[in-house]
Amino acid sequence: MPESSAGTLTAPEKPAKQKPGGTLYRGREGMWSWVLHRITGVAIFFFLLVHILDTALVRVSPEAYNAVIGTYQTPIMGVGEVALVGAIVFHALNGLRIILVDFWTWATRHQKVLFWIVVALWVVTMLAFTPRHLINVFSH
Amino acid sequence: MTTIEAPRTPVRPAPKRGVNLEKWGWIYMRVSGVVLIVLIFTHLFVNLMLGDGVKAIDFGFVGGKWADPFWQWWDVAMLWLALIHGANGMRTIVNDYTKPGTAQKLLKLALFLAAAVLIVLGTLVVFTFDPCPAGAPADLLPSFCAA
Repeated sequence: MPESSAGTLTAPEKPAKQKPGGTLYRGREGMWSWVLHRITGVAIFFFLLVHILDTALVRVSPEAYNAVIGTYQTPIMGVGEVALVGAIVFHALNGLRIILVDFWTWATRHQKVLFWIVVALWVVTMLAFTPRHLINVFSH
Repeated sequence: MTTIEAPRTPVRPAPKRGVNLEKWGWIYMRVSGVVLIVLIFTHLFVNLMLGDGVKAIDFGFVGGKWADPFWQWWDVAMLWLALIHGANGMRTIVNDYTKPGTAQKLLKLALFLAAAVLIVLGTLVVFTFDPCPAGAPADLLPSFCAA
């Protein structure tokens, strides 16, 4: 690092030309995994708040619980549940990736390929879940 | 020589004495995350993949599960681990997008209250639940209530 005094940082006279994209982090796997982890995490948190409240209705009456859980079985909510499960599966797999990157130097060096492994495992899991769930929602 | 101002965040070394709560929060996110993967993936598989999936969920379904202490403790473990994991994650986001002050304190207070109230509520619901409430129509209840 070039000389720096307390309170200031020094930058080179002529900074190297930088493109707005294509840096180490911005726009790359590392950034997108972080963005998706945040978005899915917030979405799951708010669903969790609602899900505890709707489940708590079993303590009110069977009729109250069945009325609310019935709305989870409509086509629109059925599609929403695919999105919810997709968010949970991504957050889970990427969370494992984060743990590996934290504790294992090989994974730190290969965090990009690990992101694509997360994407691949997510696709496989969703291929297993989505058809079966949608058949349950749209038949019977 | 061009100079730019140092980032405004002052250096904040971890305290040498006492418990480092941020460190334990970091560890908690990883440990609870791994446990939650097992708990929630099983929860989703049992409730959405087996049998008729979401279509089979009603009062009788929940009553049948919570008649077994195994699923009571399973769901209570999910409740505690997930709410604390989620609230702590939201706290990280509040720290990232707000500056210290009243608004930040209020947001964190709201997160704490939401998590605390729902943990108490959920735990009470699971352990005080009556699968065969008196006076309810029999066709809405688990089959074992008739016996």
